[in-house]
Amino acid sequence: MVQLNLPKNSRIVGGKSWPKPAGAKTTTEFKVYRWNPEDGQNPRVDTFYVDREDCGPMVLDGLIYIKSKIDSTLTFRRSCREGICGSCAMNIDGTNTLACTKGMDDCASGGTVKIYPLPHMPVVKDLVPDLTQFYAQHASVEPWLKTDTRAPGDEWKQSRDDREKLDGLYECILCACCSTSCPSYWWNGDRYLGPAALLQAYRWLIDSRDEATGERLDDLEDPFKLYRCHTIMNCAKACPKGLNPAKAIAEIKGMMVARQF
Amino acid sequence: MRTPLGQVRGLGAARSGTDHFWLQRLTAVSNLVLSTVFVGVLVSLAGDSHASVVATLSNPIVAILMLLFVISVVVHMRIGMQVIIEDYVHAELPKLLLLMGNTFFAIVVGLSAVFALLKISFGV
Repeated sequence: MVQLNLPKNSRIVGGKSWPKPAGAKTTTEFKVYRWNPEDGQNPRVDTFYVDREDCGPMVLDGLIYIKSKIDSTLTFRRSCREGICGSCAMNIDGTNTLACTKGMDDCASGGTVKIYPLPHMPVVKDLVPDLTQFYAQHASVEPWLKTDTRAPGDEWKQSRDDREKLDGLYECILCACCSTSCPSYWWNGDRYLGPAALLQAYRWLIDSRDEATGERLDDLEDPFKLYRCHTIMNCAKACPKGLNPAKAIAEIKGMMVARQF
Repeated sequence: MRTPLGQVRGLGAARSGTDHFWLQRLTAVSNLVLSTVFVGVLVSLAGDSHASVVATLSNPIVAILMLLFVISVVVHMRIGMQVIIEDYVHAELPKLLLLMGNTFFAIVVGLSAVFALLKISFGV
């Protein structure tokens, strides 16, 4: 059966509350999920206070402040700090999003910033999820141009209209916010490819230059790989880039039906 | 020890699911129409005598619409429940037993309702 309760060793216990920074006039409270695979303890939620006058406005700024000035063992991924690399995806204030583009003041929980790792993924440490399977799912849709026709000397031509069909698809940064917000992916993530991989699949299905559309559809036509999407729409709500994976999946289903009749 | 890509590819694509998807939409549309008719018949018969109900259900048009309603709803119910079982039950044996039970249940319920309707319609 699907697992609705966390196993005993994954249940969150009370964490450490760190003192407010000395001399700070304005602070924001951070409650952050912590788990260390090496200490044998259950996960906990630690409380930190971030000095707003010594820190940028984004949640990622707050996390970097905590790591630099309060607890250097806090572990999280980050890189570009401008919403293009997808590294700092985490669950903030109950929604999967990027810490670098989410403002601390936009967190609704009474001024407290609550941060957990992306849901329903194995945790490596603290806010770092193991995305191995997620990346393998992306690889499984073979996200590259496939052609049998001999490559032209210069480039594969595409009309402006056909190029426009890729808008809303190519912008995906593979942050995993959508897939890890999807209940269907939580329950069947081992067989359902998830919204991110399917959006990427559609990006190649709709590319006018690609010659493997039929094979791609063949490889997706499966009750689990594709049809586990029940149009819950969490993916579209969570996407920090404003994309709509649910629509892309619906388009794939439409292509599946279209080739039947 | 299997590689992540090997695990994701698993047993490959079953090359099915579209018929199921299409049938679910098809029966959803037919349910919308036929359920409206069913509720209409139900409301028009409220408070009527047994003889009057039998007479209405003996009308060929009403009987056929009611039979279509039963078939459409039962098919929709069976494939909908199949998806729910597949979603939440992951152990192979319980899953297969539940899928079998789901099919048996739908056939029994559907055929019983069809039999009752035909018995009323033909008055035997």
